[in-house]
Amino acid sequence: MTDELPRTDAAANAASGDQHPVAGQPLLRIEGVSKNFGTFRAVDGVSLDIRAGEFFALLGPSGCGKTTLLRMLAGFEAPDEGRILLGGKDIAQALPHERPINMMFQSYALFPHLSSQDNIAFGLKRAGMARADIAARVAEMVALVKLGGLEKRKPDQLSGGQRQRVALARALARRPQLLLLDEPLAALDKKLRESTQAELMELQRRLGMTFIIVTHDQEEAMTMASRIGVMNAGKLAQVATPRELYEAPRSRWIAEFVGDVNLFDGEFRLRDGHRLVIATREAGTLVAAEPREPVSETKLSVAIRPEKVKLSRRGPVFEAGRETAINSLDGVIADICYLGGTTTYKVKLDDGGMVQASVVNSARLDVDAYSVNQRVIAWFTPDDCVVLSS
Amino acid sequence: MSSRRIFARPARFAAIAPYLWMALFFLVPFGFVLKISLSQTAIAQPPYEPVFDLTAGWEALKTALAALSIDNFRLLISDDIYVFAYARSLIVAVTATALLLLIGYPIAYGMARLPKRWQAVAMVLVIVPFWTSFLIRIYAWINILQHDGLLNQILLALHLVSQPVVWLSTDSAMYIGIVYSYLPFMILPLYATLAKMERALEEAAGDLGAPPWQVFWLVTFPLSLPGVGAGVLLCFIPIVGEFVIPDLLAGSNSLMIGQTLWLEFFTNKDWPVASAAAIVLLVMLLLPLLLYERLQKRQLEQGR
Amino acid sequence: MRKLSRLSRFNIASLALGLAFLYLPILILVIYSFNASRLVTVWGGWSLRWYHEFFNDRAMIEAAWMSLRVAVSSATIATLLGTLAAVALSRGERFRGRTLFSGMLYAPLVMPEVITGLSLLLLFVALNAERGFWTVTIAHTTLTMCFVAVVVQSRLGSLDRSLEEAAMDLGCDPVRAFVAVTLPLIAPAIVAGWMLAFTLSLDDLVIASFTTGPGSATLPIRIYSEVRLGVKPEINAICTLVIALIAVVIVIASLVSKLSSSQGESAAPL
Repeated sequence: MTDELPRTDAAANAASGDQHPVAGQPLLRIEGVSKNFGTFRAVDGVSLDIRAGEFFALLGPSGCGKTTLLRMLAGFEAPDEGRILLGGKDIAQALPHERPINMMFQSYALFPHLSSQDNIAFGLKRAGMARADIAARVAEMVALVKLGGLEKRKPDQLSGGQRQRVALARALARRPQLLLLDEPLAALDKKLRESTQAELMELQRRLGMTFIIVTHDQEEAMTMASRIGVMNAGKLAQVATPRELYEAPRSRWIAEFVGDVNLFDGEFRLRDGHRLVIATREAGTLVAAEPREPVSETKLSVAIRPEKVKLSRRGPVFEAGRETAINSLDGVIADICYLGGTTTYKVKLDDGGMVQASVVNSARLDVDAYSVNQRVIAWFTPDDCVVLSS
Repeated sequence: MSSRRIFARPARFAAIAPYLWMALFFLVPFGFVLKISLSQTAIAQPPYEPVFDLTAGWEALKTALAALSIDNFRLLISDDIYVFAYARSLIVAVTATALLLLIGYPIAYGMARLPKRWQAVAMVLVIVPFWTSFLIRIYAWINILQHDGLLNQILLALHLVSQPVVWLSTDSAMYIGIVYSYLPFMILPLYATLAKMERALEEAAGDLGAPPWQVFWLVTFPLSLPGVGAGVLLCFIPIVGEFVIPDLLAGSNSLMIGQTLWLEFFTNKDWPVASAAAIVLLVMLLLPLLLYERLQKRQLEQGR
Repeated sequence: MRKLSRLSRFNIASLALGLAFLYLPILILVIYSFNASRLVTVWGGWSLRWYHEFFNDRAMIEAAWMSLRVAVSSATIATLLGTLAAVALSRGERFRGRTLFSGMLYAPLVMPEVITGLSLLLLFVALNAERGFWTVTIAHTTLTMCFVAVVVQSRLGSLDRSLEEAAMDLGCDPVRAFVAVTLPLIAPAIVAGWMLAFTLSLDDLVIASFTTGPGSATLPIRIYSEVRLGVKPEINAICTLVIALIAVVIVIASLVSKLSSSQGESAAPL
């Protein structure tokens, strides 16, 4: 089994088209993979296709099974059920050193007794590359991650950001078909994290490699990934582009996990064309656009992102060309949270509920700002509402 | 299969050689001790009647089993010498361990509260004497404690005493020797737990209104109990069986069990009684040994 | 602030007293080994007389040589076996007989030496082994490999397991990952283990007394029989030499471990 595994450079293959996955066939196919630790089901029947050249993010709260799934791809854990196909071959039971997959560890796991360049060369030596080739590849990697001048330093003589680069270069050096990144930016401070995000994306585009990143930071996943798989309690809750995930979450849980949301539980009353009328307990009767997949239940929830909620002093404002039916809710400003670029207002509704509205501070002087206890109308269009089954 | 299990398979092979070694040179010998403790004393070389001879066949084995006797154990219980020796060993070990804890705790605490870079230095300073020979350190004290030794000279010079005090061959000398020899064994586990303890815990206790002595009794000491346990066991168990220190520093009128065993073995050449004495000592130490083993295991295998 | 400084003054005082207690007796012993006077307690000026005496004492020299040989060979075997045992315990996960194995390794650390010595002697007698260099070496190996195992195991336990995973991820099978990554990182602990085993063996009186045969006394056995007869200045000189030897071993070993940790992969076997 081990001999059949492709061990050559993914990039070279991509260029020659030799082992490049056939169009339509994903690079990586995860089929019904499950993993138990004792009685705890860490990963529960996950199926997922990842195409070559994708930047895929596994997102979820801690303990959701995303790291276990990643470790199964790297070969540190073997699935109890299911198959993991890389380029059509099942690698589920292959040992880590037999896979053309490399991983960047959350702790970086740099070998403390080796210099940066020896760390980068480590995997190349195991692959039996010629000395000169190793030197050339290490130099290439050093240039790629901008580590020039630090080649001879030991990990403990490097800053956090530099260590992160060495770890990345080391994982990239073997030109794996698939690069796994386990919370690669978790140890960096905010500013560095943002610039590194951009560099990682740049790098991935340039190399044309397939990246799978594990993160608990939704902003990070949204920024970097072309597709996101959200995991919860060992299951894949939704696989979608960042935009879909945010604007069309498939469940209450995802709506709440990704970004902020106003949620109102209610009951289906009637259908008016492509509109659903839903009676909620806390926000009166709401009109929402019918979701793509028709709903059959009567107990429904309506989700509205805070930035979709507008505030007004006078009454609903009808903009030109807008559809007529608008949800407008009367209430009182209960709390104001100034965040710099935006301000979040909490509005206590007359119907008993609370709605959050996020307003962009487009003017420097707060001529338009609201104050606590001021009566306002919070409004949003049916298209801004997402209907979810409770 | 996890990466740990991938690693575990070859790692288990590593156990074979040390396992066989320890089985042959640690476990099996206890069988011999047990066997000989049940044999009859004989004036011969080796000085005991072999009880088992597996080559002699079943019949011989049956006669051998019939010849087994617990006479040696009966002797240990009936003879005051042994009873006193066991009792004295326990008393000495308890007293010495208490002294060690009393002296070692402030030192360990002082070390743990030093600035980080000084802690490493202090640690080395505490360990280094442990590297120098045990026997040499006892001998150093003989130098100091003897009749015209340095201690008496100083005491005389300061007119604290009018004539030399007899230090050697007393229990005080023995306790000094034990405390001196075992102090690093008490300090190191204590230091390890105290150094790991978050300073903020004590500060929080102080912040919540506890005066320093309460901070110590209500927070520091309870949290250092694992270290106290390790230190106490690490000292108590070997002290019970200690031979060299009481032999060189204490008087010869009351012996500890280690000395008695040595005497039976080397002077009286009574191997069966010595073996029986060793068995009884082992049984006495079984509970603290098991406790220690669990502690050691937990400490070494934590985070796994 | 005031309270804090008083507290730390107490700390420093207890530390200083403790260290003085630990070091003064040894210091006094070393100083008196250079005493010209025959009376151990009267200072008669500096002299190397007792060192001369020692180097002319054939029995002592032979015992010292025996002790050195035993210490080097038992420490070496013990380091090998102890390291293997530590690897098995910290990386072997669960295996049959593991509890017994760890029990056998931890018990000798505190087991009274009279018991260990007696039991080993009875084994050697039963095996009809000729007692001398090898029996003492085996006995010391049995004792000291447990110390090596503990030292190495605690280092292995504190090692980040993802380092080994990273090595496997980069193309090493488990054995090669161990040799290329784990072994260089635990090398200082292995060196420390050897040192510990060496000094413990050099130090041991009780177990050696039980397991050695006639005519092959170790240095502690000789010293012990001399000390029982009273303090002799020559013993001071021998003890000082032993202390010096151990100091040299410690210095060399710490230099070696420092050197090995500052070298690149070229130093690692592979």
